[in-house]
Amino acid sequence: MTFVFNKVIPFLALGLLFVGHYMGLFVAPTERMMGDVYRIIYTHVPAAWICLIAYTLSFFASVYYLIRNKMGADTFAEASAEVGVVFNAILLITGSIWGKPTWGVWWTWDPRLTTAAIMFFAFIGYLALRRFITEPERRATWGSVVAILAFIDLPLVWYSVKWWNSLHQLQSSPQTVDAAMVTPLRISAFAFLFLYIWMVHVRYKIGVKRLALEQATPAPLAQGATP
Amino acid sequence: MSPARQKQVIAVVALSVVAGVLAFISLSDIEDNLVYYWDPVQLLEKGELAKKATIRLGGVVRKESIDWNPETLKLHFKVGMTPNEKEEVITVHSVGAPPQMFQEGMGVVVEGQYDGQIFKSERVMVKHSNEYRAPKDGERPQEIYKTLLQNET
Repeated sequence: MTFVFNKVIPFLALGLLFVGHYMGLFVAPTERMMGDVYRIIYTHVPAAWICLIAYTLSFFASVYYLIRNKMGADTFAEASAEVGVVFNAILLITGSIWGKPTWGVWWTWDPRLTTAAIMFFAFIGYLALRRFITEPERRATWGSVVAILAFIDLPLVWYSVKWWNSLHQLQSSPQTVDAAMVTPLRISAFAFLFLYIWMVHVRYKIGVKRLALEQATPAPLAQGATP
Repeated sequence: MSPARQKQVIAVVALSVVAGVLAFISLSDIEDNLVYYWDPVQLLEKGELAKKATIRLGGVVRKESIDWNPETLKLHFKVGMTPNEKEEVITVHSVGAPPQMFQEGMGVVVEGQYDGQIFKSERVMVKHSNEYRAPKDGERPQEIYKTLLQNET
């Protein structure tokens, strides 16, 4: 298992990232309307998918923690949320870079953009709150509550383009995207998925060690305390 | 109540809040109230209400309606529900170069004021569809890009 996490998954992540982005940049055709600008979807769209997956897993882990009272679930929830925030940042930055040449603006308060920004700050808030509570049990409990409440925004992000008229386009599907563009997109999506697994695994191990350090009785004191 | 039981109660409360808020949003008419832009038909329906504040209008640039003056930087065009709309079209006046993808039949969202006759736009945004297609034979997207860059200098 260690071999899989330390070697296979990083290799798959970086390998597919290279192949997917190489195909996206040099093999896939240009787009009729946007020319080469559209090629940012090979980063933007996978980042969006993995970001939503990361927050969703964080939500389920938080629910699991509260119901079963397993500290490991909370550690995972934090790891997944933290990686989710990274992908969320990539999402907002690449979207902005694409928006300027396509829409003509870096940012506008369109429902999709607004809900995606709320999602970013909600989970930043979750991570910030955890830094303020020193007692692990309390931190896990209230952290979980915030992660569960922040999850409300995820369906809104997904459906924002369907429910409300927005500047951001609807979700694309293989029917609306040429096959030659779909393949690099799929490869990039798997690259981001493996990148996510890799990062969460490392972050989870850090979390476990931090928790052990916090909960450990200071050893010299315990030994020296003779009656 | 044991601490473990207490957490379970907290979980139920938090999940109820999530379910409640989502149910409220999906059942309420927030969809009608939270509007990023009005389309031409909605704008005309609003009548006087549309003339009071800065609003956004979204639609499609009508065919053969673009009048761009590179000297004065004045851009006039018409926005309708479809590229060939004849009845419910709104004339838009704006100043400055539009985004590179601005063209006939393209989706646009404009920000500005409507006085009943002319929509004076302060900002023109181009709306892209969810379609991504390779160029057809003879189309050269890179070339379009180059000519636009020349226009800017």
